[in-house]
Amino acid sequence: MDFTFTPEQAALREQAREFLGANPEPSWAQLAELGWTGVSIAEEDGGVGLTFVEEAVLFEELGRALYRGPYFSTIAVTLPALPAALRAEVAAGTASWTLALGPLVPDLDTADRVAVVGGDGIYELEGAEREVLTTTDESRSLGVVRGGQPGRRLADSTVLAEIEQRSQTALALEACGVARRALEYAIEYASTREQFGKRIGVYQAVSHPLADAYTRLELSRSLALWAAWCVATEDPQTPLAAAAAKASAAESAVAVCETSIQVLGGIGFTWEHELHRLYKRALGIESFGASGTRLRAELAAALLNEPKGRAPGSSQVPVSVTEGG
Amino acid sequence: MDLRDTPEEAAFRAELRSWLEENVPDELRGHRGGAARFDGPAMRAWSRALYDAGYAGLTWPAEYGGGGAPYTHQAIFLEEMARAEAPPHVGVIGLGMAGPTIMAHGTEEHKARYLAPILSAEEIWCQGFSEPEAGSDLAGVRTSSRLEDGHFVVDGQKVWSSFAHLADWCILLTRSDPESTRHAGLTYLIVDMHAPGVEVRPLTQITGEAEFNEIFFTGVRVPADNLLGEVGGGWQVAMTTLLHERGTLGFALQAALEVQVRKLIGLARDRGADQLQRDRIAREWIEMQAVRFTNYRSLSALMKTGMPGPEGSISKLVWSEANQRVTKLALEILGPDAALADGNAPYGGYWQYQQLRSRGNTIEAGTSEVLRSIIAERVLGLPKSR
Repeated sequence: MDFTFTPEQAALREQAREFLGANPEPSWAQLAELGWTGVSIAEEDGGVGLTFVEEAVLFEELGRALYRGPYFSTIAVTLPALPAALRAEVAAGTASWTLALGPLVPDLDTADRVAVVGGDGIYELEGAEREVLTTTDESRSLGVVRGGQPGRRLADSTVLAEIEQRSQTALALEACGVARRALEYAIEYASTREQFGKRIGVYQAVSHPLADAYTRLELSRSLALWAAWCVATEDPQTPLAAAAAKASAAESAVAVCETSIQVLGGIGFTWEHELHRLYKRALGIESFGASGTRLRAELAAALLNEPKGRAPGSSQVPVSVTEGG
Repeated sequence: MDLRDTPEEAAFRAELRSWLEENVPDELRGHRGGAARFDGPAMRAWSRALYDAGYAGLTWPAEYGGGGAPYTHQAIFLEEMARAEAPPHVGVIGLGMAGPTIMAHGTEEHKARYLAPILSAEEIWCQGFSEPEAGSDLAGVRTSSRLEDGHFVVDGQKVWSSFAHLADWCILLTRSDPESTRHAGLTYLIVDMHAPGVEVRPLTQITGEAEFNEIFFTGVRVPADNLLGEVGGGWQVAMTTLLHERGTLGFALQAALEVQVRKLIGLARDRGADQLQRDRIAREWIEMQAVRFTNYRSLSALMKTGMPGPEGSISKLVWSEANQRVTKLALEILGPDAALADGNAPYGGYWQYQQLRSRGNTIEAGTSEVLRSIIAERVLGLPKSR
C-alpha cells in the first residue's frame, strides 16, 4: 500500500502551479504544448501514456487557479467516448470537446465540438446552435444547444458509466483545489489581522472553525484521491468512490469557502477579493450533475443491497471494503 | 500510488485472516465493549494466544520480542481484527504507551525487565497522568515525588486511569521539585501497583460500568532505578507517551468505526430506515471511508519519510464525533426500543451502551477542544492561544 505521489507527479503539480500562476487564462494549444491534453492518451495516439492520477493532479491545480476552459469537458467528460483518431487531435491540441449529458452543457463557450447522447450511442452533434447562459460562477460556462443532428457515431453508450465516474472525480478534485486556496487566504488573514490587540487567529472562535475547515478538506481530499486511483486502475469500487468523493468534496469546498469568507470579515464579502470567485466555483461544482443528496441516496441503496434505479455502477456492493486493502 | 496490498502484505493479511477465523473465541467475538470484558481469564488467554502467534507488538523491534514489522502490517492487523470483531490484546496501555516510552527513554535493564511481559499479557499497565486539577492541562500535575535514601516517595492522586484495577505497573507523572511550575520539575516513574500505599478506587461512569479508576498514592516507595529519563525531565518523556497514544490510535479507531458502520447498515437492513435516515447512513459510510484513506495517506508518508503526514492529526477528532453520530443514529432507527437496556433491548443493548460510551470519546485521549487547537496551531500555523 502506497498512497503518496511519485516525484514525477509532485513535479507536475509544481509545474502546473507555476504555469497557471503566470498564465491565468491559458489557451488549449498552450495546455497541449505542456502535454496536459494528452496525459492519459496512449503514446501511439500522440498522448503521454500516463493515467488519471496525473490528470487528478492537474484537476486539483486547475480548480485552485479557477481555470476557465474546456479541460474538464474534454478530458473528464468526453474523452472516454472518443475513438483513437479524435483522441490524437485532443492530444495535439487541435480539438476540444464537450458532451451534452443533461440540458446544461459545460464549457460550451470554449469547446470546439459538441457530442450528444442519443439512443444507445454517443454522436458528434452537427449544425446545432449554442447559447451560453449567464451563470453565478463566471469561471465555468454553462449553455444549451438547440437543433442540429447527430453526425458520426463516437462510442457505444456503455462508456457513460466511465464518463460519470471521471466527471464526479474530476469535480471532487477541482473542489479540493478551490477549498485549499480559500483556506490559505483565511489562514494568512487570521495570522496577520489584529483586533482587540491580538492577531485574530489566537481566538478559538476563529481558529477552531479553521481547524474544522482543514479537517473537512483533508477528509474530502482523501476520498477524491481514492476515487482518482480507482478510476486510473479501473477498480471495481470506482462508482462508489467517485460518488462519495463528489458528494463530500463539493460540500466541503462550499463550507471551507464560507468559513474563509467569515474569517476575512468585510474583505471576504467584497467583489475585489478572489474569495467570492472560489466560493462561486464551489457552488457551481455542488450543483453540477448529481447533487450530494442524490448521490447519498444511491450509495444508501447500494449499501443496503436494494434494487436500484439509476445506481452508481451495476455490481454487488460490499458493505465492508477491507478485502484487498 | 498503489492502494492495493503488496504481495507480501496480501500474504500477511491472508494468513492473519485465517488464523483469526480459527482462533477468536466465540464468547469474545463482537462483544459490546466496556470494562467487564477485560476482567476475565478469557481475555488474558486470548491476549496470550495473540502473543504466541506473533501478533502482539507487531511493530516492536525483534530484540524486544516484537515482530519487527512495518507499520502497514500493524494497519492490516487492526483492520482484520475489526473485521473479525476480535477483542484487542488486553495490554492496550502497555503496548501503545508504556512500551514505546520505555523503548525510547528506558535503560537496558528496564527494557529487559518490562517489555516482554507486556507482549505476553503477563503484566498489565495503566497510565497515571491526569489529576483532579490537571486534565487537558497536564502541566498542572501535583502528585509529588521526593528522593529519600534510594527511593522516590510518592504522594498524590491520579484519575481517569483505565485498567488501574487490573494493572501491575503504572507509568506515573510526578512533580519532583515542589518549587517548580508548569513543565519544569516533573519526573516520570514506573510504579508497582501492588506496592504498599497504592489504592485503586473504580469510578462508575455514565454507562454504569467502571472502566476508569482513581489511584491514591500515600507514601509509596518507588526504587530510584524506576526512573524514566531524567529527574525533572518528565515532561519530555510524557510527550513521547502521548505521541504514541495519538500516533498508533488512528488505525484502531478507523477499524472500530468500520465495525460500527457495518453494524449500522445491518441494523437498517433488519429494522428498516426512512429516507432521512438513509441519507445519514450514507454520510457515515462516506465519513468512515474518508477517515480510512486519510489514515492511509498519513501512514504512507510515515513509511516514506519517517514522519506521519499532518493529515493524520485529524483522525481521533473525526472518529470521536463520527462514533457519536453513528450510535445516536442507531438509537433513532431502533425507535421506542431505544429506551430499553441490556437484555431487554434489541441486540443485547449494544447500541444503548455504545451511544452512552461514545460521549467519552470526545473527552478521553485529548478533548476535541484541545485537538482543534493542536490542528490550528501545529498544522495550520495559526498564532498560539496560550
